[in-house]
Amino acid sequence: MTPAARTAAAGVLLLLALRAFAIDEAPAFADEARQARYEALTQELRCVVCQSNSIADSNATMAADLRRQVREMIAAGKTDDDVRDFMVARYGDFVLYKPPVTGRTYLLWASPVLLLLVGLGSALYVIRQRAARPLGAETDDDAPVAAQDGDPRA
Amino acid sequence: MAPESGPVPVATGRARALVPALLFAVLLVVCGITLYKISNRQLDLHEIKSPLIGRPAPAFSLPSVADPTVTVSNATFAGRTYVLNVWGTWCAECRAEHGALLQIARRGGVAVLGLDWKDDRSAAIRYLAELGDPYTAIAADDDGRVAIDWGVYGAPETFLVGPDGLIKHKHVGALSMSDWDKEFAPKIAALAKSPGGAP
Repeated sequence: MTPAARTAAAGVLLLLALRAFAIDEAPAFADEARQARYEALTQELRCVVCQSNSIADSNATMAADLRRQVREMIAAGKTDDDVRDFMVARYGDFVLYKPPVTGRTYLLWASPVLLLLVGLGSALYVIRQRAARPLGAETDDDAPVAAQDGDPRA
Repeated sequence: MAPESGPVPVATGRARALVPALLFAVLLVVCGITLYKISNRQLDLHEIKSPLIGRPAPAFSLPSVADPTVTVSNATFAGRTYVLNVWGTWCAECRAEHGALLQIARRGGVAVLGLDWKDDRSAAIRYLAELGDPYTAIAADDDGRVAIDWGVYGAPETFLVGPDGLIKHKHVGALSMSDWDKEFAPKIAALAKSPGGAP
């Protein structure tokens, strides 16, 4: 093993070990499928007090109360959507890390695509501008700028 | 571009150089306005808009803080305008708003219900003996279930419920008299006038 590989392996092990510091003290469900749903749901619901932790990662007492709520609803045979609806009815879309696409959130969802389009548009514009210039005309007002660009024709 | 149009590229070159500067200026202005609003408390980035505004107030029946054998239920206040204040002796901001609550109670006209959230009963009784008791009745929400039903995510929070049983307003954080006069008093006056609540 090379030193670099050893460091990488140590890093991965360290990250895995972090799972051992779970905050949830409640006993696991006997049924594995239910435990998996519980873990997925509590990861997905955002802690409203700490505001950038999921409720699975937060130890605020509020988060513990919300985890208990999720646990009880799963134990009572409620579906994942029932749990989500319960939380959204009380805390709004904010409680979901993945807010639904609605009239108010479409901009949030569209913004990555919009930004990409703006970026592509400006890149195309710049490329076209450069391509349209005759050779040697790169230096408009001051030569040093072009020299810094590393353009051999400058 | 033809080579004879010499001076033109200079001008457009300068104009183009201004574009990033202008964009940056816009960014600075937006940041400045946002920071100004935050510092003036016009904007709270942590505030979560309650989906419960305009919806029926969740019903609760809990033991009273003063006497656990007595039940405090908001059904008792149906048909009346009331305020529900969520507090706890562990909550420093609650202490800060206590004076305003006392003043509101002295003014009268509206019942002030307390929801003592995840608190120790004897500590609550001591706290009220020390600072005064503005509450018409206080429900003890020991396990925090009623608080979840009301979408509470921090204390103090203050709700206004109309005679129709709908939540009219929610204030997050310590309530001051100016908050009360701005946010609650006009709504309470309007509710008193409107025939909606009358049978």
